[in-house]
Amino acid sequence: MENWSLVSICVLFGLTARWAVSLNSYSGAGKPPMFGDYEAQRHWQEVTYNLPVHEWYFNTTDNNLNYWGLDYPPLTAYHSLLCAHVAKLINPDWVELHASRGHESYGHKLFMRATVLVADLLIYIPAVVLYSFYLSEGSNKKKVCTVLCILLYPGLILIDYGHFQYNSISLGLALWGVVVLGLGWDVLGSLAFVLSLNYKQMELYHSLPFFCYLLGKCFKQGLAGRGLFLLVKIAVTVLVTFALCWLPFLSDPGQILQVVHRLFPVGRGLFEDKVANTWCSLNVLIKIKTILSTDTQLYFSLTTTLLAILPSSIKLLMKPTLWQFKLALVNSSLAFFLFSFQVHEKSILLPALPVCLLLNDLPLPAIWFLQASTFSMLPLFLKDGLLVPYVVTSLAFLFFSIYLLSAFEHCSEDKLRLGPYRRLLICMPRMDLGRVTKWKFYFSITAMAGLSFMSVALAPPDQLPDLFPLLVSVFSYLHFLGLLLYFNIVQIAEPLQSVRKNQKKSN
Amino acid sequence: SVMATPRADDWSWFPALALGVSFLKCILINAYHSTDFEVHRNWLAITHSLPVSKWYHENTSEWTLDYPPLFAWFEYSLSHVAQHFDKEMLVVQNLIYTSPATILFQRLSVIVTDIVFIYAVKECCRSVREEKGSKDLLGHPFFILAALLLWNFGLLIVDHIHFQYNGFLFGILLLSVARHLQGRHLEGALLFTVLLNLKHIYLYIAPAYGIFLLRSYCFTKDNTDGSVRWSSFSPVRLVALGSIVISVGALSFGPFIAMPAVLSIWCRPRGARGFLRCLVVCALGSFMFGWHVHEKAILMAILPFSILAVESREDAGIFLMLTTTGHYSLFPLLFTAAELPIKVLLMLLFTLYSFTSLKKLFRGSLLNPLETTYLLGLVAVEILCEVVYPLSPWQHTLPFVPLLVTSVYCSLGVSYSFIRLYVSLLRQHGTDKHKQL
Repeated sequence: MENWSLVSICVLFGLTARWAVSLNSYSGAGKPPMFGDYEAQRHWQEVTYNLPVHEWYFNTTDNNLNYWGLDYPPLTAYHSLLCAHVAKLINPDWVELHASRGHESYGHKLFMRATVLVADLLIYIPAVVLYSFYLSEGSNKKKVCTVLCILLYPGLILIDYGHFQYNSISLGLALWGVVVLGLGWDVLGSLAFVLSLNYKQMELYHSLPFFCYLLGKCFKQGLAGRGLFLLVKIAVTVLVTFALCWLPFLSDPGQILQVVHRLFPVGRGLFEDKVANTWCSLNVLIKIKTILSTDTQLYFSLTTTLLAILPSSIKLLMKPTLWQFKLALVNSSLAFFLFSFQVHEKSILLPALPVCLLLNDLPLPAIWFLQASTFSMLPLFLKDGLLVPYVVTSLAFLFFSIYLLSAFEHCSEDKLRLGPYRRLLICMPRMDLGRVTKWKFYFSITAMAGLSFMSVALAPPDQLPDLFPLLVSVFSYLHFLGLLLYFNIVQIAEPLQSVRKNQKKSN
Repeated sequence: SVMATPRADDWSWFPALALGVSFLKCILINAYHSTDFEVHRNWLAITHSLPVSKWYHENTSEWTLDYPPLFAWFEYSLSHVAQHFDKEMLVVQNLIYTSPATILFQRLSVIVTDIVFIYAVKECCRSVREEKGSKDLLGHPFFILAALLLWNFGLLIVDHIHFQYNGFLFGILLLSVARHLQGRHLEGALLFTVLLNLKHIYLYIAPAYGIFLLRSYCFTKDNTDGSVRWSSFSPVRLVALGSIVISVGALSFGPFIAMPAVLSIWCRPRGARGFLRCLVVCALGSFMFGWHVHEKAILMAILPFSILAVESREDAGIFLMLTTTGHYSLFPLLFTAAELPIKVLLMLLFTLYSFTSLKKLFRGSLLNPLETTYLLGLVAVEILCEVVYPLSPWQHTLPFVPLLVTSVYCSLGVSYSFIRLYVSLLRQHGTDKHKQL
């Protein structure tokens, strides 16, 4: 069968899965007075439609910032405005100033879910298809399988179509950036990424790899000539795009400061709730949140984050290839997730996107990470009433990706690039590290299934009401830490000069 | 790798297809369900809570038991599992009881009993004629048949959204057909009898079974030209058959129309495939002319016809017409706005797959321009009925117009397919007669 029909079938299947998940509940459904992220998005449509631009980010009588105040960059606000115009055409009650607060209805839910689907279809899905066909390796059948597996990643489906968010826009734009850079159009690639950054400030997790990759390319082309020209072109593109996105706010420096203040709430502390990163896990043993002052916490987290991303960034700067770029995206965003300030569990989607791009090259570690990332958000899904979709999408993803990408066949030491581990474990020469990895994977998935079952079926003991979310979070943290080490080793261990051209291609 | 040319015994792709569609069914657990959901919950309650003598008398709910006794026993055995999910659903007085556990149980029961259907599909695929020459997996007839049956659009939306147990029932029907294709006629007859006792609607195709079994099983040898050799009649076989098959007599109008078709398998049976063709014609005939027919009955023709569609070019063309039109006629079953994207996406998925795979298999276009135009017209009908008309002023005064338009438009396609199928069957009969002369 021709490629286009196979790809269309995969996309249709992916869309069906997404819409089927969206038939379930959303964040904060039926929970006044604050509700959840769904109400937040609806509220932003109300605010952007009814109030003038200079009031969007400010605390006024009409705009109470304590009730889901805008805390994403301007592109989110413009997107909400666009949706609000459509909403007004269908049913003005949905965006009525003040009166529409907490509005929930069958028709409104349909509308909101539809906006997510449209955004996904226009931005994220085409990027996935283009990536698989132009930038991944293997036969045509393998590329189609890659499209399907990336589209079936449960984390993104459950958050965007279940909990309710628009991650497909920011991640989609970032993916467009990767695809376009991979095709060699550096200026357009940086444009796409700047747009992504202006949709959600969390994309800063991806910014360092983009920066190092482009700077590295400029260096390679020689800073005296073409390299400098490229650098200038990119810099101008970035500045102009920023200016265009922030145009309504540029007239008043106070505006810019207020927006930045909303985007980076440094007063909120090292972490909130349970999240699978270092600080929350460390807090179990040492109560760092109370021992250190907020400022010290900030500097501590900043330092560790920078240290964690340094090796990867330097390697990328020295060798700006697509493969290094993908690995650096993983390493940078994962390091930010593990060590940064005020990280939410949904931010795991930021490393998850570049790991999806590694599904073709390193199937087993990628599948492992993606499943762990979905599992780490289990407490959130349980709160939102998304247990059945979580179970079904996780099982489907595991099954399809392991089967279609032949994950267990690409499990040799060589394919998994476990060379450095072999050198480390020189005292145990008999061990087949590939087999060990496979067994660790089985054990891990079983443990995740067991913990999921316990979180649902058992009631926690009275002295430890947060036992299960904590276990989930610490278990996921250990996985993320181990995989951060692994992906860093894979990236750093690669020789600077490709000795044999076919070495990288023998995946 | 999984996509390379498989060895003859490498069927690893089959569980993958089956598991894939099962996941899809699971994700539809929380979709809209029709009153049929309450019908079956009520039957679970009746069979569990009341003694057998009261089963067909109980009428607290308007949905009284109106399937044969074997189905009642089926519900009874399900109810034993149901009590572990939510005991309240088994109380007869709890009308329209839809706790999350009830929904989960009922939906899972349909998904799990579909294992009969999956097994039957596997048996049918084994009976499909193999094509020589190495082809990649996706081009093999048995793969295409498996996909067309396991992922059938009509079955998905009727069973797993609207809510019914057709997968289980059609599994038994297809298994019976497979047994006949494999020459195991007694098993096929047994399975069909079981089916008749589960849902009486299958009486429509009983004549095809009866005449075929009488002719091909009870008469052990044919003459050289294929006509009846009366001397080879086997009373033993007739008794064996008679003790299994209960009734061949028609109880409704359809089979009378199918008489010539049924006659053809008496005169020149042409083996099990001739029987299958006759079965499809009977099913479609009863759909066309039967009493109190539900739109879901189109599946009785579409599913068995899939087997013929992957073996003959002409059948593939008729199949595409019948299936696309028949499946579209099921659209009014799901009238909720939230399910609209699902039915459109699944319809596109199945239609796209059936067209591209059959076109590739038979190398070339299977439909003439007129047929293609008609099918494209379905898109216009859909837009008209679900988008344009609801926004027009007549929506309140004449709300049934979209249903009317859908029914009339689809009836053209279905009738056309019926006539072509009938003609192809008679033409085969005619060719045999011609050969004799």
